[in-house]
Amino acid sequence: MENQQQYAVEMKSIYKYFDDFCALSSIDLKIDKGSIHALLGENGAGKTTLMNILYGLYTPDSGEILINGVSVEMKNPNVAIEHKIGMVHQHFKLVGKFTVIENIILGKEVVKAGCILDIAKARREVKKLSEIYGLNVDPDAKIEDISVGMQQRVEILKALYRGVEILILDEPTAVLTPQEIEELIKIMNNLTQDGKTIIIITHKLKEIKKSSQYCTIIRRGKYIDTVDVKNTTTQELASMMVGREVNLKVKKSKAKPEDIVFKIDNLIVEDSRQIERVKNFSLEVRKGEIVGIAGIDGNGQKELVEAITCLKKVKSGKISINGVELQNTSTHNVIEHGICTIHEDRQKRGLILDFPVKYNFITEKYNKSRFSKHFVLNDKAINKFTEDSIKEYDIRPEDCASRPVSALSGGNQQKVVIARELSNDPELLVAFQPTRGLDVGAIEFVHSTLVKHRDSGHSILLISFELDEIINVADRICVLYDGQIVAEFLQSEADEKLIGLLMAGGEKKNEI
Amino acid sequence: MGTSILLAISITLMYSAPLMFAGLGGVISENAGVVNIGIEGMMTIGAFAGAAVGYFTGNPWLGFLAGGLAGGLLALIHAIACISFRADQTISGVAINFLGPGIALFLGRKLFEGSTMTKPVPNQIPTLFGSYATNSSNLLLKTLNVRLTIPIVFILVFIMWFVLYKTSFGLRIRSVGENPAAADTLGINVNKVKYLSVFTSGVLSGLGGAAMTLAVVNCFTQSTISGQGFIALAAVIFGKWKPQGTMAACLLFGFAQALVVILGGSTSIIQIPPSILSMLPYVLTLIILVVFVGNSTAPKADGIPYYKGQ
Amino acid sequence: MKYKIAQLLNKAVTKIILAIILGFIVGAIVLAFAGFNPFDCYSMMITSIFSSPLNMVQVMILTMPNILTGLSVAFAFKTGLFNIGAEGQYLVGAMAAVIIGSKLKLPPGINIIVIMLVAILAAGLYGAFAGYLKAKFGIHEVITTIMLNWIALYFNNYLISVPGIGIKNTQYSVAINHNAWTNILVNWKDTPHGQAFLASHQTLSTILLATDINYGIIIAIAVAILIWFILYKTTFGYQVRAVGLNKDAAEFAGIGVKKNIIMTMFIAGGLAGLAGALQMAGSLPHSLVTLATAPGYGFNGITVALMANSSPLGCIFTALLLSGLQFGGSTIQMNLGAPSEVVNIMIGVIVFFVAVASMFTMISEKLKKRRVKNGH
Repeated sequence: MENQQQYAVEMKSIYKYFDDFCALSSIDLKIDKGSIHALLGENGAGKTTLMNILYGLYTPDSGEILINGVSVEMKNPNVAIEHKIGMVHQHFKLVGKFTVIENIILGKEVVKAGCILDIAKARREVKKLSEIYGLNVDPDAKIEDISVGMQQRVEILKALYRGVEILILDEPTAVLTPQEIEELIKIMNNLTQDGKTIIIITHKLKEIKKSSQYCTIIRRGKYIDTVDVKNTTTQELASMMVGREVNLKVKKSKAKPEDIVFKIDNLIVEDSRQIERVKNFSLEVRKGEIVGIAGIDGNGQKELVEAITCLKKVKSGKISINGVELQNTSTHNVIEHGICTIHEDRQKRGLILDFPVKYNFITEKYNKSRFSKHFVLNDKAINKFTEDSIKEYDIRPEDCASRPVSALSGGNQQKVVIARELSNDPELLVAFQPTRGLDVGAIEFVHSTLVKHRDSGHSILLISFELDEIINVADRICVLYDGQIVAEFLQSEADEKLIGLLMAGGEKKNEI
Repeated sequence: MGTSILLAISITLMYSAPLMFAGLGGVISENAGVVNIGIEGMMTIGAFAGAAVGYFTGNPWLGFLAGGLAGGLLALIHAIACISFRADQTISGVAINFLGPGIALFLGRKLFEGSTMTKPVPNQIPTLFGSYATNSSNLLLKTLNVRLTIPIVFILVFIMWFVLYKTSFGLRIRSVGENPAAADTLGINVNKVKYLSVFTSGVLSGLGGAAMTLAVVNCFTQSTISGQGFIALAAVIFGKWKPQGTMAACLLFGFAQALVVILGGSTSIIQIPPSILSMLPYVLTLIILVVFVGNSTAPKADGIPYYKGQ
Repeated sequence: MKYKIAQLLNKAVTKIILAIILGFIVGAIVLAFAGFNPFDCYSMMITSIFSSPLNMVQVMILTMPNILTGLSVAFAFKTGLFNIGAEGQYLVGAMAAVIIGSKLKLPPGINIIVIMLVAILAAGLYGAFAGYLKAKFGIHEVITTIMLNWIALYFNNYLISVPGIGIKNTQYSVAINHNAWTNILVNWKDTPHGQAFLASHQTLSTILLATDINYGIIIAIAVAILIWFILYKTTFGYQVRAVGLNKDAAEFAGIGVKKNIIMTMFIAGGLAGLAGALQMAGSLPHSLVTLATAPGYGFNGITVALMANSSPLGCIFTALLLSGLQFGGSTIQMNLGAPSEVVNIMIGVIVFFVAVASMFTMISEKLKKRRVKNGH
């Protein structure tokens, strides 16, 4: 990078504390105008915090921000927007009940007579922008009714509508099909050809290789290095990100599946608006195997898990374990019959954050004879069980039993959930996004725990949006698209490119 | 029969007007994401201020405005608790319901020689067609000769609908109630929008209270406001948080009150014990809630305090 | 030092005590504004209660229903429900108590127990109805219970107009049978032997004859301890609190959330109903009275529960505080002419500051932060 020219963005010696916790220390960042610059780091490294500071959502405790060479105090997003900075967050900031147009113009409304909304004029402007940059949207559709890919395009249009020159994308590919990822990279190139600068926050090494010119690595709030992407391998990027040699593959022995233990027959599940999300879905899981369901978020996974756990009624079809039908009974019944679930949203479904850790270990078994007698809780038994679990799963800090579980880190919280579910000794463990938001170390732990559970003769249904996780961990891979299984592979036959294509609705070609 | 219908209409309008003011107050607060259980307390202080100022100045319009201002000031306390301190909005509302009557009665004793009842206001809110129509023998004219608070509140319903759905202000208010994080990232000052909405909510509730003591009755007592604030809240839910629906619900409740009066009269055909009759508006509210609420949804972030950076 | 203050601020009890102190401060300002000396008023409030055994008894009598309605609201809060309906449930309990207690001729001892059980059942069902509407239709319990309050009030008035229950041309209903009264030594004090004894013991005489002293408060305190035990030591309490803290996670763990809501509202209703029954059994006129507005025990319960941060044992103390304040308020009104509304304002302020208790947390966090910055 040349030192003489101005950088589009320069961040110098940025420090940020949240109470006692140091999120960022002495971060330096230099972004060239017209480039695509990746910001790489693990979950919790501080990449999003840094960009939130650039966008004015947080103020740094010390440090300087320069935009095109000029020092700017980013007090709030309005200042950032004035300096032509736009940000598309990982979790979209869209108002579900509003239309696409309303979401785009919110805060910078097209008005006549001072404050009356001029939707017709707004629609024309939105259509113009769509055409210039190739961002296809339905202007009058409500956000809650459109696809995730289109929602992302709406977010980008929001930024373009405000004349963005520096666009920050936070984990943009997490919710896209491989096709949509290619389209996004095309759009990014369109934008940079027009002179715009793009900063992309990600932990996806492959996408960095495909899209970015430069990459800055951050680890635990500290600046590590800035590299030229085409001269760096993914292995090198991974090592810098994690700080040690990374084992990208899971160690496991071959599976020895026995009889069928869990069966789903022709399942149809509707969502809250009576639209079918799971369509004629059938699946078998045998004792001693890990079945992985690969698919993009939004293809029926959520409804499938809700049907299995009886949080939702099924329209038709059967779900049975060891021959006993479980659909449309009750969550309690499902657990009693040996199906335990690790839910993707541990803070909403998995844990009661304000309860102490020890109480979170018994949410499904508090009224069993082991932990209570005649309706009175057996504190001694609960404490012992908690201590044993903390030791076995190395949950930190070790003295957390009576502290609220909200005080634990994400990885340790997930350990509590996994310890709890496995202690029920379930015949079938449904693991839905079990490593969401975890760092590489915790991910390794979860995967090896799952394999251990399988090796002791149990079954696992693994549902994940990370294709790598499925390919690494599952013995048998089923591809889910639009509510149905469209293909099945053994782990040994898994072809990532083909599975990615099928996940997006492509056809399986018969190759000779 | 005709006289009964006209009587029903005039009583309905009379009782509905205070409810509609308060209901509009509920609509704007909840659309901005702040639950306002304290409408009852804000109506009480508004009713008192309206009667007191109306008595001392002899001018009902000054009293009316004073009622609105009093409600707005009380609402600011609720706003500070809920927005700046992120208190539980329901509990804060309950505190307001203690403070409102407490302050009203306290000031009442101070200003009216220890009595909890204000002295009757000399001039109530004028009627639409003036005293000529009041004394006229034409029943239709007499019925349509409503207090001006009634056309005012209908106009306010229209204004509220227009502002919420046709202007940029309304878009921002609703965005703050649905997804404050989205509004925040677009540079909208979430707290400012909430403060303004809660303040307006208080003003409207206060106007509703004043509409009671300056138009329906002519003084303030301990039982002037007894439940209207909560019925207004039920109206907001019934009306699916929209001004038009809320108005319809308030008219329905006003009609229930009218039935109580008409059926309780000695000339009515059916003789129902007065206590049972008094239950009517409340039973009706319950039935309507059960039948109509079904799957209506509040603004998504209603009742949830906003923390930056979520 | 700042860190110790920060830690102290974080405790729940501290926040409540601070809220109470702030309430007294605002009360003092209001009194001064009204032209009264706050210290005179406050000292009169305190001495009037503690100097006279008669007054202490009066406060305790006032406290009994407040404890139970406070428990009613607090218990519902633990599962995330706001039971404003304690007022109506109280009335339903009173009505059930009077009807059963006046019509059924049961032997003493059994009579009062049957009355209490019927009252708990009736009021419990009244509360469970609101719970059902919430569980099945998602209707907010604040609104349904407020409607139910009014319905109970008017039904009370209606009952008094019914021949056989109401006494013609009065505001009263028939009274519950004498052998169900819970007043202390109720029979003995009317006997010649008792009268003779009391004549020579002035204080005891005043207490027994001039007040409604009854053992209802003992029952109330026992019930508070029982509720504490249920909430913190039993599986049912675990369930109640789990649903209150995270409904989604509880549901996911197989806890029946809907059933829990209905059960909790049943218990909350029953507690308030018990207050009504004990009030009928313990205080004159031992019968229903035509009401213009609600008697207010249910609303007191809300204050009691909020001030105690929904702690069952805390309710005992905040109920005493509330009764003391209310009694003191009427004392200063009677003797000094000071406005009794100042007590309402004080209570409103205390509840307000309990609601913004997070304010204390924020101050505590700021103090902690300064310590970190200075330490680095």
